Amino acid sequence: MEPVIQFAPYTGWVYPNETVFEWSVLIAVYPYLTGLVAGAFTVSSLYQVFGFQRLKPVAHMALLTSLSFMIFVPTPLLLHLGHPERAFNSTITPHLTSAMAMFGFFASFYVALLLLEGWFAYRPFIVAQAQKRTDLLGRFYRLLTLGSYDVSEHAMGHDRKWIFALAVIGIPAAHGLHGYVGFMYGSLKSREWWSSDLMPVIFLFSAIISGVSLLAVLYVTSCKLRKLPVDLGCLKGLAYTIWAFIMVALVLEGLEFANIVYKGREGVDMIVQYVTGPLLIPYFILQFAVGAITPFLWLSYMIWRGTSGRALVVGVTVCACLVLFSVFMMRWNVVIGGQEIAKTGKGLLSYQMPLFGKEGALMAILLTLAPLGLLYVLIRLFPPWSDAATHAHT
Amino acid sequence: MSKDFKPTLAARRAFLARLGGAATCAGAAVGAATLGITPTIAAKTESTAEGDSFPTKDYDWTKHQWGFGVDATKCIGCLRCVEACKKENDVPGNAHQFRTWVERYVHIEGEDQVRIDSQQDPVNIAASGSEKTYRFANRYKDAKVEKAFFVPKLCNHCTHPACVQVCPVGATYRTEDGVVLIDHDYCIGCRYCVQACPYGARYFDEEKGVSDKCTWCYHRITRGLQPACVEVCPVGARVFGDQKDKQSPISQFIRNNRVQVLRPETGNAPNVFYVGIDKEVN
Repeated sequence: MEPVIQFAPYTGWVYPNETVFEWSVLIAVYPYLTGLVAGAFTVSSLYQVFGFQRLKPVAHMALLTSLSFMIFVPTPLLLHLGHPERAFNSTITPHLTSAMAMFGFFASFYVALLLLEGWFAYRPFIVAQAQKRTDLLGRFYRLLTLGSYDVSEHAMGHDRKWIFALAVIGIPAAHGLHGYVGFMYGSLKSREWWSSDLMPVIFLFSAIISGVSLLAVLYVTSCKLRKLPVDLGCLKGLAYTIWAFIMVALVLEGLEFANIVYKGREGVDMIVQYVTGPLLIPYFILQFAVGAITPFLWLSYMIWRGTSGRALVVGVTVCACLVLFSVFMMRWNVVIGGQEIAKTGKGLLSYQMPLFGKEGALMAILLTLAPLGLLYVLIRLFPPWSDAATHAHT
Repeated sequence: MSKDFKPTLAARRAFLARLGGAATCAGAAVGAATLGITPTIAAKTESTAEGDSFPTKDYDWTKHQWGFGVDATKCIGCLRCVEACKKENDVPGNAHQFRTWVERYVHIEGEDQVRIDSQQDPVNIAASGSEKTYRFANRYKDAKVEKAFFVPKLCNHCTHPACVQVCPVGATYRTEDGVVLIDHDYCIGCRYCVQACPYGARYFDEEKGVSDKCTWCYHRITRGLQPACVEVCPVGARVFGDQKDKQSPISQFIRNNRVQVLRPETGNAPNVFYVGIDKEVN
């Protein structure tokens, strides 16, 4: 029979209660999903608010992606709770000094905002489907019209104002939500690895690059599946966005690490021993070298050489995949890495990720991929394509 | 003597009446405690005037401010405190979850780094032969030990507890009498408090799905008893009492010694006061 708790092997001196890892891989998945939400929404906002016309082909998909992932954001948390049936206690009786207490409100607000913006964005399509279809789906679309069939130019102008306003509100909401996730770690003074003022900003910028990268991958994949040519202008726009933000993300992460080492407070010896030992591969090699510096250099090269055509598509897609991997490694290195450095500052622990179980590797993979399943369903119901005569995203 | 200072007959009668009432209440409470009919600890928010949910009806948490002292120079590392705590508080019987523990610090000649272990160390568990009984293995018998000492550890019941600050539902809270408790019926099991505690004092009880930690045996101290670990300590290394009572053991301990707290830089303001610990202890 599997033991009730998993004990972690350790070296050096660790507090007795530390030998159990309390935050598992699911707590790394949670900020990863939140980051993808914020990043995808950034793309949507770049088009809706800042008028980046070249991102139009992915603007609606960005909304759907954001919504799909946001719906799954609470799932790793719920699976992790000792008493998931009490989860709403934090919303019913929030303890206002807790960084975690606001999660329910932020998340609910953001889901509502996404649903509302999505509704306005898809209203012409919903109305058209409601009027055209007579089957069960027609009934579904008729329900979604909420009784409003007015798609006159006047009504559309009204809708556009709403979309703009919601997108404007959504920018601080999405980024606030993710910056707040970073604050949950950065505000803890018990661990030197987490306790950083830069943590919320680091989370934010890594979120943006992950979300934009996800959209690049999804867009290219969708074009391949639909056997349509990739809009290179759009892909370049996504590549520029990744390139610009990855620089900031890299600088911030570098600064944070430099701060820890340079300040050299109590426990820094153990941190240095950790990053040059067990964390060497996950941190320096996978997160930085492979996941961040390689795509940054590759993207820089493509921008410099004006790469186009298939080379651009392949290059951006591979870079985007690397960034997605890098950001996951960043979440892992923060959440798991933070716990692998003992609070004593005199010991190191080793996280043994179980394969099965509600906090195992398979569950983590399932929860990361599940939003893509929902996205598939949403795309079937609400095609986000701006090409062809699919619908009125013009 | 001026007239103002002469107690009137009416005032004297009222005073005697109050005294009689208090004596009756105290007697009733003692009787109830003897018969074992006092209610158990329940919720956190009831006023002391209502009193029904408190461990003892006449217990007034505004009249106490509990404190704990550790004299590391006295501790012999017998670990009776750890075993007593596990039994008294139904702490899981394994070598990874403790409400209190004892650390051993050993300086060996020729070594720069102090060697630190606790009862949960695999070598010590092997020596005890069980994860439910504890002893320190005699692992340094062949080494030239320059300096060695034991440090009992437990929740610091901080005045500004980081664990209470981060609890998203307010399930963990600080009582008026200075004890940090957890409402196990309200805890959602997020473990944020476990992460936030810089002292490693909290653990997560997987069976109950909630966080847990030392309560200074709140069910005992509110009945006038000592915490289990203090009760069993054969050398008086653990001291407990009411800081509001200037003659209590803890007040004398703080007054008569130069005490220090662990990790003062965190701003948590611990209420476990140490004597005789070295620079490596945190």
